[in-house]
Amino acid sequence: MTVLYLAHTECDNTLHKSALETLTAAKALAEGLGTDLAVGLIGADTSAAAETIGGCGAKFYAVSGADFADGRYSSDLAAAEAIAKACSPEIVIAPATSRFSRALPGLAVRLDGRVDTHLSGIAAEDGKPVAKRWFYRQRMEGTLTREERPWILTLDSGCAEPYAGSGAADVQAVSVDVSSVRTKVAGMECSSEDAQTIRPDAALLCVAGAGWTKKQADGATHVDVAEKTIMDFLTATKASLGSSKSLVDISGEGGAVISFLTHMHQVGQTGSTPRHAKGLSTCCHGEEPHVVGWRFIKERRAINLDAGCGWAQGKCDVLYVGDAFAIMKKVNELLG
Amino acid sequence: MGSEFHIVVCGSIVPDPLQTLAPQDGPAGPSLKNEMMLPAVLDPWAGHALFEAANLAAKNPGSQVWLVSLGPKAKLQQVMMSVAQKVPFQLVVADGSASGFTDAFETAKVLAGTIDGIAGLDKSKLLLFGGWQSASRGSGAVIQMVGEMLGVTEQFQGVDKLTVTGDGAIEVLERVEGGAYQKSVVDGAPAAFGWATGELPEPPNNPQVGMQNMQKNMPALMQAKPADLSGTSLKFAKVELPQQRRETRIVKDMPVDEMAREIVEWIKG
Repeated sequence: MTVLYLAHTECDNTLHKSALETLTAAKALAEGLGTDLAVGLIGADTSAAAETIGGCGAKFYAVSGADFADGRYSSDLAAAEAIAKACSPEIVIAPATSRFSRALPGLAVRLDGRVDTHLSGIAAEDGKPVAKRWFYRQRMEGTLTREERPWILTLDSGCAEPYAGSGAADVQAVSVDVSSVRTKVAGMECSSEDAQTIRPDAALLCVAGAGWTKKQADGATHVDVAEKTIMDFLTATKASLGSSKSLVDISGEGGAVISFLTHMHQVGQTGSTPRHAKGLSTCCHGEEPHVVGWRFIKERRAINLDAGCGWAQGKCDVLYVGDAFAIMKKVNELLG
Repeated sequence: MGSEFHIVVCGSIVPDPLQTLAPQDGPAGPSLKNEMMLPAVLDPWAGHALFEAANLAAKNPGSQVWLVSLGPKAKLQQVMMSVAQKVPFQLVVADGSASGFTDAFETAKVLAGTIDGIAGLDKSKLLLFGGWQSASRGSGAVIQMVGEMLGVTEQFQGVDKLTVTGDGAIEVLERVEGGAYQKSVVDGAPAAFGWATGELPEPPNNPQVGMQNMQKNMPALMQAKPADLSGTSLKFAKVELPQQRRETRIVKDMPVDEMAREIVEWIKG
């Protein structure tokens, strides 16, 4: 029996932190099951990445070359399939990056196995792998097992410590023919560093709610002031920006809105569930959908006009009852 | 110049996101408490996929849209009364559980088999649409497996934009980490797309479209075949709600300056 850990390299040929976290979990699982660990790497040049984790005591396989520099379903899946067939694993575990989340479910069909994604934990119990994941958008956590093999698993970020153990790695190259793949990657569309307001690695998440676009005490809306206040705060703190669904939806319907918000900023029931260390909610209101968005935020504070807000009661650490326009303006002044 | 597509959208129903959910154990594994009583809606991501499909079909004359749904047909019928008023589509139903605890592989197998049985579907023109995520299982895995089972191996996930170019190629923007997009080009159908939110607002209700849809869709609901989802060894040891409750400190009647100072200290601390 073998546990196969799969990872892809980043554009600079390194391994992402989430890939190192997953290796820690994979190594612990293999040890818990008393079985071998294999490492499979996919990327343009995997040699440096292999040495970064060479101390993990695994047998290494790699699919390398320009065809595997970018994330494409067909080429990534073909590479994963070739590596899996080279070592016949019973468990395949990989980070739930956008690249592998796209490609690896198909591996279950190719290998006649089964897949469970976005795990929040994996462990060996009584000689069997037991997985944990969230259901209904982070509203309830299930503990599950299954007998089908191979069992393909992806692990969400932030669920293990990053592996650290470099060393020499004897890598077996695996060749893959992707000449029939019809998809061509044409590049990335990224905002400039200054304009980018989604920062997954930031320590702080600032969530903007629909209150920023509502009529204020003078009976008028002040979206321009809201925009400047939020952007000044993000500039000073380099925080990541999230949004409630109601605020993003207004932007989709062409109303007077905060111009730099898109659906990609959306957190909650129908958005992302970020994992920042701290979260500051401003002008938000709601219950279940917001709780889902904040499930993995460790320290939570909110600014809201409603002391009885259902989101805040029992769900955030501190609720400042006040006008976010005034408080955040002063916060920005203090931040300099 | 447009192309002619056969667009199949996979989408099921989920509990209204504003409902409070609680799990319970049953003989067939976990389920939601009062599941059949909970108001249901079309899964939000599947909804985006459906609206984008209808928009693409309208721009490419000769194209058709099917909505393939695995769910309890009584609940599907309720949800379709409103969804059918949004955009034109042909409903194809597999009558079975829409539970978030249903195995993704078994779900994919039922959907692939149902799609295979659609009369008149030309797989060389197939664009397989669905949600990138769902508000139930949230695995982000079903569309890929349905695609593989149907032999569709050009696939995209987290799609926000799809553009058909003059030569019939399809440009796709897929979400990747850090608020960025990966831009890809595939030379045409067949291909599979797991949609994020797309770029279209929810269409307004159109009773005329609703009447036309329901004339075709009511028979589809009546003829729905029971889905066999039993071929899995998936077992849940437990499903539980997080019990964490925070002691919220309510700060009011404090001067704005002091609130701001406390927030800044917390941010910097």
